[in-house]
Amino acid sequence: MSSAGFYIMATGAVIAAACALLGSFLVLRKMAMVGDAVSHAVLPGIVLAFLISGSRGNLIMLVGAAITGVLTTVLIELLHKKARLQEDASIGITFTWLFAIGVILISSFTGQVDLDQDCVLYGEIAYVPLDLLYTSSGTVLGPRALWVGGGLLLLVVIFVLVGFRGLKISTFNPEYAKALGISTAFWHFSFMGLVSLTTVVSFESVGAILIVALLVVPAATAYLLTHRLKAMLLLAVLFGVLASVGGYYLAAALNGSIAGAMVTVAGILFLLAFGYSRWENSRKA
Amino acid sequence: MIAETQEVIPALEVHNLSASYQRKPVLWDVDFQLPQGKLIGVVGPNGSGKTTLLKNIMGLMEPDSGYVKLFGEDLEKVRHRISYVPQRESVDWNFPASVRDVVEMGRYRKNRLFKRLKAQDHQLVTEALERVNLLELSQRQISQLSGGQQQRVFIARALAQQADLYLMDEPFVGVDAATEEALLELLTEMKNAGKTVVIVHHDLQTAYEYFDWTVLLNTRLVAAGPQESIFKKELLQEAYGGRLTVLSKIGDLMARKDFPARETGFKEKEGLGDG
Repeated sequence: MSSAGFYIMATGAVIAAACALLGSFLVLRKMAMVGDAVSHAVLPGIVLAFLISGSRGNLIMLVGAAITGVLTTVLIELLHKKARLQEDASIGITFTWLFAIGVILISSFTGQVDLDQDCVLYGEIAYVPLDLLYTSSGTVLGPRALWVGGGLLLLVVIFVLVGFRGLKISTFNPEYAKALGISTAFWHFSFMGLVSLTTVVSFESVGAILIVALLVVPAATAYLLTHRLKAMLLLAVLFGVLASVGGYYLAAALNGSIAGAMVTVAGILFLLAFGYSRWENSRKA
Repeated sequence: MIAETQEVIPALEVHNLSASYQRKPVLWDVDFQLPQGKLIGVVGPNGSGKTTLLKNIMGLMEPDSGYVKLFGEDLEKVRHRISYVPQRESVDWNFPASVRDVVEMGRYRKNRLFKRLKAQDHQLVTEALERVNLLELSQRQISQLSGGQQQRVFIARALAQQADLYLMDEPFVGVDAATEEALLELLTEMKNAGKTVVIVHHDLQTAYEYFDWTVLLNTRLVAAGPQESIFKKELLQEAYGGRLTVLSKIGDLMARKDFPARETGFKEKEGLGDG
């Protein structure tokens, strides 16, 4: 295997793993579509930060986009609670509107620079090995995206490990958590902030449209197969990694889009799990 | 002297509490006090604000006006002494967790959320499971439980909290007769241990038998006090309006209670089976 192939797979795997961990809680919180909304709505944040700072992939851009993401969830809740709109309608209005602003910003202001619509929509993980990091002495450290993704995964793992009980109780029974004096708002916003950050980091690799698949599909697959939260998290990570490795080889065989192939493999894994759980249930009954 | 003053502190004081959903009043100027060490029912017709009352007491909702004191203090000061049991339907029972996982949540605390539970916490969880007779099922996934078992999980979680005041929202809904009896026994045990238990209950007929005190609610407070002072025709009529079928049934029930020599057979049981 070429080192380029390895870099692509490794980058896909760390992003998929981070997405799977957060996605498990998104699924359990019945917020999968909020994840979708955030992944689209961070676009204007990314573009604005890009226009201000003039470069991609720096800290300003990440933070700017993450803030837009949290803002999206606030806006959705505001429309839902204050305007008394159904939650799905609130989501539909919020993210398409923000995404549209992002599309306008890209098409009218960033024409000459390196931020194109295709890349934003579909991502291009195949370019990952082209953007390498070097030490001052010139040794190759690996792709920048892999390092950023790795840092993100580390952050997510720490958050889930340290915050496991807080996430669990505020997901399962938020009212009871509040009654115990636990701040569900703190958990909600720190969680959504991390989801936004993950979305932004994954953006370049898999794009705005497919990122939600990495958040939801491996988590949903794991949900079908286990009754334990810890097992669900581990299985989701496994399926995410399998999808990115399998997707790479599928794309190589078909000479097609890697991101598309990753999500296709994730979908196939889901179907297999679905069939298995049906078979398992009918056997018990 | 000190002991005496402690006796008098009410477990719960609700002062001129008003609350609304989308500007529709659900509670209007509700004001009452409840003593410690009693089994107390909160009773009223559907939509009379029973659940809203509990949510306001637990600070889960902002009241429009009024305030609540628990053991003479603000909630924040005595939170560790209060345990809340939400309605069973308020959570998704397909959540990937075991019975024990859920009961352990009763030992979660804001400032200890990042630390592992201690041996003592695990001991309290085991004891709570034992008291609701769920110890054998402690590793079972919560979706595989019956309604009555799920209700017992919630009660065990509350017990694990080691509180002094318990606020329970409809703990008898979807529970079979045997479990209902066992739960009632447990609640009486808790009361005898000096705990105060406040229960939102929709069934007027069993309310008379189950509780020592009743808060009769219909957006406004109709009455709050010991059973004898509440179960009067005028008050029940005020709470339930003209629904005379309910009232005449209660009349029957009270008559039977007062004259136990009358025939009591499966007929009475039938009447109690609701919910």
